[in-house]
Amino acid sequence: MHTPTTLFDKIWDAHVVKHAEGHPDALFIDRHFIHEVTSPQAFDGLRKRGIGVFNVSRTTATADHNVPTKDQHLPIKEALSRHQVETLRKNCADFGIELYDLGHPFQGIVHIIGPELGLTLPGMTIVCGDSHTSTHGAFGNIAFGIGTSEVEQVLATQCILQYKPKRMRISINGKLGKGVTSKDIILYIISKISASGATGYFVEYAGDTIRSLSMEARMTICNMSIEMGARGGLIAPDETTFDYIRGRRFAPQGEAFEKAVDTWRTLKTDEGATFDRELDINAEDIEPMITYGTNPGMGIGISHHVPNLSEIPESELASYTKSLAYMGLEPGMELVGKPVDYVFIGSCTNARIEDLRQVAEFVKGKQKANGVEVWIVPGSVQVANQAKAEGLDKVFAEAGFELRDPGCSACLGMNEDKIPAGKYCVSTSNRNFEGRQGPQSRTFLASPLTAAVAAVTGKVQDVRAFV
Amino acid sequence: MSKETFTKLTATAAPLPIENIDTDQIIPARFLKATTREGFGDNLFRDWRYNADDTPKADFVLNNPTYTDAQILVAGKNFGMGSSREHAAWAIHDYGFKVVISSFFADIFKNNALNTFVLPAQVSDAFLAEIFKAIDADPHTPITVDLANQTITLANGLNESFDINTYKKTCLMNGYDDIDYLLSLKEEINRFDLAHA
Repeated sequence: MHTPTTLFDKIWDAHVVKHAEGHPDALFIDRHFIHEVTSPQAFDGLRKRGIGVFNVSRTTATADHNVPTKDQHLPIKEALSRHQVETLRKNCADFGIELYDLGHPFQGIVHIIGPELGLTLPGMTIVCGDSHTSTHGAFGNIAFGIGTSEVEQVLATQCILQYKPKRMRISINGKLGKGVTSKDIILYIISKISASGATGYFVEYAGDTIRSLSMEARMTICNMSIEMGARGGLIAPDETTFDYIRGRRFAPQGEAFEKAVDTWRTLKTDEGATFDRELDINAEDIEPMITYGTNPGMGIGISHHVPNLSEIPESELASYTKSLAYMGLEPGMELVGKPVDYVFIGSCTNARIEDLRQVAEFVKGKQKANGVEVWIVPGSVQVANQAKAEGLDKVFAEAGFELRDPGCSACLGMNEDKIPAGKYCVSTSNRNFEGRQGPQSRTFLASPLTAAVAAVTGKVQDVRAFV
Repeated sequence: MSKETFTKLTATAAPLPIENIDTDQIIPARFLKATTREGFGDNLFRDWRYNADDTPKADFVLNNPTYTDAQILVAGKNFGMGSSREHAAWAIHDYGFKVVISSFFADIFKNNALNTFVLPAQVSDAFLAEIFKAIDADPHTPITVDLANQTITLANGLNESFDINTYKKTCLMNGYDDIDYLLSLKEEINRFDLAHA
């Protein structure tokens, strides 16, 4: 009899080129994305070995991490950044790889352009030298972040050596409350299982709440799988997935698409398949979330207070105290009403058109609060163009928000988009680590809706009082 | 293509008893602009090590002359979480550390360290506490990391074994890397590539 199998195992097993005793699996990679920051040393490695790229049609490049978000049509001012982007250009030209460079209509954050171009498809294996590669798992594939030595492996051999992780299923059922979005779901999950609670696992998100979400909302959830330590997270494809993919630039077209859908429909976990760990979540328990600390597991429902010292296990007290001192917060305090200096709406987590629409819908006819700087950084040129076509740019301009050019921007503060020391930023990105958004910057991670309300009121708020 | 090897090391250790050290702390993003693997050690733990005006922070362990010769970094649990940047492992290697000991490592960092010939040795919480205690009592205490036998031994004789998969152990001890192995599978990969076009 056929053993019930998880979706993760089905995709993994179908991609094992070689399984040898005492060795990790040689896993075939269908789609490889590269960018300017984690690829140059990999190309150098190929040159030193005197070998080329195994199959150039499986790799796509873009410039996103280290690009300016103002005046992208001009040469990059900062010398090191310019050199890094020029190195990507040279490497792609030398090795024959398609590059969506600055100025190209397909340029954008790597995890935003893959799905929007139809390069990301169900059943695939996908890697990129970036931990948020887990984003692509929303389409029902195995997608995970890798280091530069592994980027070199994939360029050289289209394979990666990996041990199979354990499997975890997180089922979310029930109706989401007012003002609660997919960002709140994932921040809630991470706050429950901690920033390391899923290390060693690959997660499948399931349940009727997940089924009710759009593809963009699902991507936000899978995107942050790494923030609980998981290598990746995936969601079985369904009609929502197929509708999203239909007609996308590089997706199968016409009859080929219908044929592909027939195959994709088989991509699900069998009834009775076992997981190494299962977690059940009631959607009604989830409030709008906000983080207060310096890792994404340090989050609370907006009506809760920052934990008191008595609520923290003794072994974690030192780290906890260090974290709150960095954030300039006190144990037991509430965050509602806390004044903020910056609002950043962007990143591979929340810079898609639905995110921008949600912000614009709330902001329309309102003004940003005095003293708050608001940056909106669309995830791609296509997102930026769509926003303009819908008139969202005018809404943002009238509100006093700054709409910039696409890139990773203040999510990681690699370019000049940095939050100044000591300043508070409500950010729709994925990491609140010390200095992540700039040296000594202080980050509150939240949904685009919470960010929009903070922009208009100048404070952290419970969005349920505003929508 | 052989790089370096690791078999056995007896050295002093620098203690960093902080949990959940993420790769943004190990090497902040603004220092990822180089296109080579060298030189990242100068910015290892940059914002913990230096003030905004680039003067060293006197109380940070790497600025303490006692630990100048340390070749082992001992850190709190869940070391290397966050970004996949291999630059974090390069920075640790470039600074001069050959081994990182912790009671838990993030997955991607562990792979990156192994690919950089830095040994991530995972020990129990209790043994990690013993190591910190030993360094506290004598900052010059030698620690022996033996990869062949997969053991860590303290000067007081306390020891613990650590896990490492046999494949990566062989790679580290012999200077092999993954591409050497994968290139030997080229025919099989070719067939797979055609079948999955």
